[in-house]
Formats: sequence, C-alpha cells, structure tokens
Amino acid sequence: MIEITDEPLDPEAITAKVSQDSNGAVVTFLGTTRDFTAGRKVLHLEYEAYRPMADSKLAEIVDEIRERWSIEDVAIAHRLGRLEIGETSLIVAVASPHREAAFAACQYSVDRIKEMVPIWKKEFFQGGEVWVGSQEGPTAEEPVEITPTGCGR
Amino acid sequence: MDRGKDWAERIGVSKLNVTVRLFAIYREKAGTTELVLELPEGADVGHLAGEMRRRYPAITRDPSAIVVAVNQEYADHDHVLSDGDEAALIPPVSGGFLAR
Repeated sequence: MIEITDEPLDPEAITAKVSQDSNGAVVTFLGTTRDFTAGRKVLHLEYEAYRPMADSKLAEIVDEIRERWSIEDVAIAHRLGRLEIGETSLIVAVASPHREAAFAACQYSVDRIKEMVPIWKKEFFQGGEVWVGSQEGPTAEEPVEITPTGCGR
Repeated sequence: MDRGKDWAERIGVSKLNVTVRLFAIYREKAGTTELVLELPEGADVGHLAGEMRRRYPAITRDPSAIVVAVNQEYADHDHVLSDGDEAALIPPVSGGFLAR
C-alpha cells in the first residue's frame, strides 16, 4: 500500500494494513519533525512532491523489497504540505514471518525514499528558511541562501 | 532573440517542444513552476539543462550536475528528447546528492 496525502498520518491504521496472521514481526518506522537541527530552532516544515513520479518511485521501492526479501506486506505513507513540530511526515510499515527481514527491509525503504523519491522538505527556522539538501549538489555553488522570514525581497 | 531558435531555423532543423517542470529550490530560483522549451530535434537532456541554466542562471553554475527526470524516469544527460516530453529538474532530496 502506498499513500501520499496532505492529511495527518495514522500509524495504527497503516500498521494494521500489513498485519497478516502469517507474519511474526511488524516493524513500523515513523519519520517525525524535530525541533532542533544543525543548531537551528525549527518552527515548522513544508513538504513538496513531484507527483505522480513520487508515487511510482514508492511503488518501485515496494517491488525492490518484494524481490530482495520476499516480503509482500509493505505500507508506505508520506505526508505533504505544512507539518508542525512533532508531527509525522513518513510511515513505513513492513511485516514478515521473522524479524530480521522486517527490520532490514524497513531501514532499506527509508534510506531509498530519501535517496530517490522526488519529495522535498523546506525547513522554516528562527532566522530564515532553507530547502534541506540544497546546501550540497548543484544548488550549492553559491553560499546557502537564507531568506529571513517576514522580509520582502 | 533565442539563439537556439535562430540556429534551428537557419539550418532547417525541425524542433521539439518539451514541458519543463521545476520544484522546490529550483522553482524558487527560477520564479516559475513550469515552462515550455523549444529545442532543436536531437537535443538531449544536457542541452536542456544548459538552456535552463542560460535562461535561469540562479538555478546553478553547473548544469551538468542537475538531475533531470524525463516522463518521470531519471535520465542521463545524453538521453535524447522527443516532442511532447515532460522534463523535471529534480533538486537534491535530503542531505546530499540524489542517487538513482
């Protein structure tokens, strides 16, 4: 099951989707918004996605899990839009007869999502705002542009 | 006048139209979410990245480093474009370069 939504995520409901009687282990990952990062006090986050490419890339990850661990029961949900501190942006639930595969597949999923799914996070912190990841790569040729919030350009 | 367009007309090369979508930091730096580029037939992703850099220099100093998806699949810079393709400039996802 794959879901990308603006609505708040429900960890219980998503975990329930992978729970089958044949599974002895269910591993659920919650990605949450934390209040401090790299010395900055974070006020809130905003997520943006390129859909339907994000949807198809999540489906690819589910296929990778299926191939690598023979796991069928995977649920991934990602939230878009504005998130307050403490809210959950990402849920990955994986179920398997035994726990080794469930742990490994869950971690793999999260790592892959952060590698190749076109979803971006903007951090609004005290003193400015920044797109996470923009400090490296082709956007980093110039110094990081921190736009003071509330000021006109 | 668009130098690419003049050149294409002069040598009689047919043209193709590609919709380019911009996201996140690229969207902010370019000031637009979407545009249509007219490119000469045979143009590849590298040409598209170069043209985007020419029009929107704020996006990057190094067009060869821009990650591009064509019709929602990641594409190398030598991927040849077709008329009607949708290209998207994909900024780094989180904490570093986007891997495929």
